Amino acid sequence: MSTISKDLKNSLLSSTGTVYLVLILVVIAGACITAANGRNFFAPGNISDLLTSTTVLGLVVIGQTLVILLGSLDLSVPFVLSLSSVLSAGVMAGQSTNFAAGIATALLAAAAVGLVNGVLVGLVKINGFIATLGTGLIISGYLFTNYRGTTGKASPELTAIGTATLGVIPVTTIGMAVCLVIVALFLSKTRTGLHLYAVGGDANVATMSGIRSAVPALVAHTISGLLAGVAGLVIVSRLGVGSPEVGTQGGYDLLSIAAVVVGGAILAGGKGSIWGSLGGILIFASIDSVMGIMQVNPYLKEVVRGLIIIVAVAVYARRNQIKIPARFAAIQKAAPTRPTNGATR
Amino acid sequence: MTTIRYTTNRLPFPTRAIRSLSTPGGAIYLLLLALLVILAFYNPGLSEPGQLSRFIGRSAPIAIVAIGQYFVIAAGEFDLSMGAVISAQVVLAGNLIGQDPAQILPVIVLMIVVGIAVGVVNGLLTTLLRVPSFITTLGTTLILSGFTFYLTGGAPSGNPADAFRAIGRGGIQNVPVIGFVPYSVLVLIALAGAAVWLMRRPFGRMLMGVGDNQSTIALLGAAPWWIRTRAFILSSIAATIAAILMVGYAGVSPVVGQGYEFIAITAVVLGGVALGGGRGAILSAVAGAYVLETLVAILNFAGVESTWRPAVQGAIIVLALGLPLLWTKRKAFKILLRRKASTAKTPNPTAPQSITEKP
Repeated sequence: MSTISKDLKNSLLSSTGTVYLVLILVVIAGACITAANGRNFFAPGNISDLLTSTTVLGLVVIGQTLVILLGSLDLSVPFVLSLSSVLSAGVMAGQSTNFAAGIATALLAAAAVGLVNGVLVGLVKINGFIATLGTGLIISGYLFTNYRGTTGKASPELTAIGTATLGVIPVTTIGMAVCLVIVALFLSKTRTGLHLYAVGGDANVATMSGIRSAVPALVAHTISGLLAGVAGLVIVSRLGVGSPEVGTQGGYDLLSIAAVVVGGAILAGGKGSIWGSLGGILIFASIDSVMGIMQVNPYLKEVVRGLIIIVAVAVYARRNQIKIPARFAAIQKAAPTRPTNGATR
Repeated sequence: MTTIRYTTNRLPFPTRAIRSLSTPGGAIYLLLLALLVILAFYNPGLSEPGQLSRFIGRSAPIAIVAIGQYFVIAAGEFDLSMGAVISAQVVLAGNLIGQDPAQILPVIVLMIVVGIAVGVVNGLLTTLLRVPSFITTLGTTLILSGFTFYLTGGAPSGNPADAFRAIGRGGIQNVPVIGFVPYSVLVLIALAGAAVWLMRRPFGRMLMGVGDNQSTIALLGAAPWWIRTRAFILSSIAATIAAILMVGYAGVSPVVGQGYEFIAITAVVLGGVALGGGRGAILSAVAGAYVLETLVAILNFAGVESTWRPAVQGAIIVLALGLPLLWTKRKAFKILLRRKASTAKTPNPTAPQSITEKP
């Protein structure tokens, strides 16, 4: 536990701190705006809604963070999400006895798609953008040929999970938080997790340092697929049915990438943190929630989202120039006489 | 020893053209030819006068969008806003022109101005504010399509004058040999010619340079931000022209351009243009667009359900990019095997010494 708190402290001092600063500002502004309209932003109902809407995007964003840290992208997530929803709902068909089978089928399929992405990106070395666009299109062909409209039915257990709450917090959100902590530990405590940063920073340097660059790619893409599958299950638990369009309608591919970047990660890879991405999701969710309370036209919501993405990233980009990480700054302090580029100018 | 990499006496054009066929940018023409032959097999009418030019004309908007995307990708960026620009422009044309043919010219001018404005915004946000273009153009997409949907309420609206729709639909009848020549084919030829010319101008060379190595171009004294911004402007103008043609085919709807940005990127990448910039030929990108369209037409004639089209498209881009990479990997793998075999045969104890002996 101490490692997590240390990790959290480190990230708050770094770029992630800015993300949470922005989040706090957004929440304060949101609270003021809603209060001016005679509503309470922190009402239990609203918090519950906010967390619910965070869960699905959050799961996708956790996976997307890993993939972006690697310097790749995952554009296949909305299709994997839909695939998981139709497979699980189709296998369950409303029967309790099929609960485990439905979940297993959906997650296996989702992880398999992620693994294929990982092979294409890590071993064949196709650009991640194109590889995942390709696999996404292939799945969409399968989905729209075999499924028209909603299909299947969630088993009672899954529906129960979808509606259960612990106080004001939905159980699915707790599940997302658990995934988040596990992935955070994976990134900071395991060898593959650290290699993932190295490969994302510079794949050639990582390879020359003796890192097998394919392993992080395989793992990151597989986890991304798996978490998109879990997100599909969460959607089925809420809707009660599977739908081939649920992922594409949500626009989870581009929104999740945007959330990761708003969370302070660099698209080229190697820099970013899972806690930053969490901040990114919460910023999105808070703004959505405020606009929901204000009953903003849904199309204008898109406009606001677009503006926020650009403004947020512009603010970070100013600061995101190559800075010396804290651990190297300490070394520099110890040897201040060493000439630097700046000194020679 | 000096190596001269660039000499003034290049190989003759036919030799270069044949050699280029083994590169991705050249091989796309062979693929296109093969697909056209297959298409002609399914649809013998294709060889009749007028049919081929109609086919080229119908697919012209996608090729034009690919030309626009090419400039941006060659500079090492993405333009995800092309689809939203197309939709916004189509809606703009549909609502402003109405049934008054006198409005056509002013509205076209306005559309071009709007296109340039979007390009400038994309370009400046990307270059001066240093927002990655993926995010910039995603943001402008959300903003543009949000406004488009807000203004139309999400439903098709407006019906521009027939004279305006004729730009995309109509053509010149009774041309000898070819038969019917759609205006869109003429527009495409003009644009492709202009694009080839532009890429041979200093601007085009600099654009390639910026995509390949921005620092070098900056040290040469050029302004990378302005070069990149112009690439975005060209891309938005291309989307605008595609929109003008698409009004003729598709009518006015806020979803008309949806997905075009990804089709364009796919076409450009199929044409052997490197994502990340600095490599690729513009006509190969156009050929890439026609490969995609021919594929769709073949599937159509072969009676494959239309829902499978994206799957085939996805498979072809993965294969087209993956197979050459696997091919090069195969060679590397062979070398590795050979090296392993040779070290196994002669365990070489002197090897470390030979390294230390080097000065």
